[in-house]
Amino acid sequence: MFAGRGETPVAFVETVGQAVRLTATDLAAARSGLEVGLTLADARARVPELEVFPADPHADMDWLERLADGCTRYSPTIALMPPDALVIDIAGCIHAFEGERPLAADVEARMARRGILARHAFGDTPEIARALARYAGAPAPDEARAVKRLPVAALELDDDATVALARAGLKTVGDVMARPLAGIAARFGEDAVTAVRRLAGDDKAPVRARVAVAPVAVERRFAEPIARTEYALEVIEELAAEAAATLAERHQGGRRWEARLFRSDGHIQSLRIETGQPTRDVPLLMRLFAERIDSLADPLDPGYGYDLIRLDVALAERLDAAQLRLEGGAAAQDRVAQLVDQLSTRLGRGQVRRFAPRDSHIPEQAELMLPAAAEAPPGGWPQGQAGEPPLRPIYLFDPPQRIESVMAEVPDGPPHRFRWRRRVHEVARSEGPERIAGEWWRRHDVVIPTRDYYRVEDRRGRRFWIFRHGLHGEQEHPRWYLHGLFA
Amino acid sequence: MSDSSALIARLRRLAADTGATQAAATAGDAWLAQGLSRAHLHDIYAVEEADGPSGAGFGIAQALAARALPLLWLRTAAGERAQGRLHATGLIELGLPADSLMLGIVADESALLRAAADAARCTGLGTVLVESVGRAPGFDLTATRRLMLAAEASGVTVLSLRIGAEPTPSAAATRWGVAAVPSTALDQGPGEGAPGLPAFDVECLRRRGGPAGQRWRVEWDRDAKSFRQPPLSGAGLSLAADRAAARHPAAFVRRAR
Repeated sequence: MFAGRGETPVAFVETVGQAVRLTATDLAAARSGLEVGLTLADARARVPELEVFPADPHADMDWLERLADGCTRYSPTIALMPPDALVIDIAGCIHAFEGERPLAADVEARMARRGILARHAFGDTPEIARALARYAGAPAPDEARAVKRLPVAALELDDDATVALARAGLKTVGDVMARPLAGIAARFGEDAVTAVRRLAGDDKAPVRARVAVAPVAVERRFAEPIARTEYALEVIEELAAEAAATLAERHQGGRRWEARLFRSDGHIQSLRIETGQPTRDVPLLMRLFAERIDSLADPLDPGYGYDLIRLDVALAERLDAAQLRLEGGAAAQDRVAQLVDQLSTRLGRGQVRRFAPRDSHIPEQAELMLPAAAEAPPGGWPQGQAGEPPLRPIYLFDPPQRIESVMAEVPDGPPHRFRWRRRVHEVARSEGPERIAGEWWRRHDVVIPTRDYYRVEDRRGRRFWIFRHGLHGEQEHPRWYLHGLFA
Repeated sequence: MSDSSALIARLRRLAADTGATQAAATAGDAWLAQGLSRAHLHDIYAVEEADGPSGAGFGIAQALAARALPLLWLRTAAGERAQGRLHATGLIELGLPADSLMLGIVADESALLRAAADAARCTGLGTVLVESVGRAPGFDLTATRRLMLAAEASGVTVLSLRIGAEPTPSAAATRWGVAAVPSTALDQGPGEGAPGLPAFDVECLRRRGGPAGQRWRVEWDRDAKSFRQPPLSGAGLSLAADRAAARHPAAFVRRAR
């Protein structure tokens, strides 16, 4: 819940049907007796000084995501429960806080700094924890009894079912649990039974963690935030060495690394690098991190300082010690791979590419450009015939470029003059047509014109690959395009 | 005695002179079979902007003739738009295997120079082909000197392909002007009269510590991985062919100042 700005009550509104209704209120508004669902007119009548903002569920979701990112400082497993809840799986993660309560206090303190009023609860399952946090029941000595004392609203059935349960005299979750489940199912539907079983801890809804847990994660917490980027980099280097040692024990190397710098005010800076081959070479990793920092649009800003730095190896692959450079060829390949990693980190993964063939005879679709940092692409390229000049251009325009003023001696023949980029080219030699039909088996609804390709050379020796889009029978005035340039 | 020693000295001088001339002649023609010298920076200028593909083809052919693979091709995003993207099938038909080709696309000229400097230091590469379109003022003496030093240290050949630029001072070992020339038409089979092997008009504009100004009309023979001079123009530099080329506006080459 948004704690508000102090005295002035704040509410968010949304147009529901004909009326503008409140969707959320702050503490001050709630104290003035405003409730979610009230129309804005009523609310204004009761609290004239009410400040109103339009609700923005997307912004809320975005905010929740960012809070979840922030909470990865407590545990790697975080699940979102929209619209307003986060579940942190703290099993095995409380050693840094000496217990659940200090951890919860830390969460609340951090949220409060951001102006957020958080309610927390602990539970054996995410549903129990959320129900306990969201609905106020009578105080109870333990978790099971606390759940039983929750109001039936905590089952989160639809409004009719909730009212029906209350009419049937079932006020708390415990009342519902005490009944035979078959009867509940008969009267209130299967959903009610599922909800009851979930709160009883018998049935667990699958929790979808936001990010996969990294195979190796190392972190450093600081009692006093560190405010210098150089120190932060030194810490990353130490962490990388630790992670590399762990990976070496498992005969693995990392391919994707992510360093996260948690600022004490809740901001997180994430630095991701990727290598083409698994590695545990710390100096190499540090060079890549330095490249990554160089390529940031905004420089690293430590602000009030980082109080937690974590290094995740998000993807690890087998890397045996014996694989380390035995012969010259492998060493040269390693060095090329390092260059590729370096350039990919600086320019972006997709900007350093290798070529791969693709099964299509449409020229612009017959090859793919894959990131060079990924696995080596397969072979299977068509090879030129001995003694033949190249039949395909070295540069290809995609989309093909329109050429104009095309003159051909016969309608179906090669052109003897055309204009491209404001220049007239007189064709001296030509070869063709090489007919490439459209992939008619892919589209049934439209006729894809056939292309007649010609390899032409103008009087000055420039060689072009041009095509007529459509046969004269197929189209009234087929257009001509320039598709590529030969060496 | 003094006579004979003077004579010997004269003869030695003569011998040394002819040796030097021969060496220069071989160095001048060596690229036809062996490609440009490795571990150096070479500037390749497309004589006109439309000669860009010829310049590129010449550069690839040089890397292949020198057996300097793998090749990393660096270009800017703007160049990719203006010149068209690389077509691996066509490059394979020039003789460049797709698995020895990598392409790096950078945002601008300064990034291009930086990537080129890093690549020139990578001993695993054979050739770095740096393609720049337009004036590219960043390719100045300092930048080219840096590339040359990196190339000398690592053994990587750096080819700087300049399209649509006037020759500027540079630390490169050689500078070439490349233009397209009409190919020798295929004379047999069904493809009679079709454009033949890639043909280039090549002029050595500058050579560090050597003669410049020679001019060749060559074809690229993919199967032999070497250049050859087309049979019709005769062996060596044909004056007639050269004159014909000189009349031709395409063959106009701007000299470096």
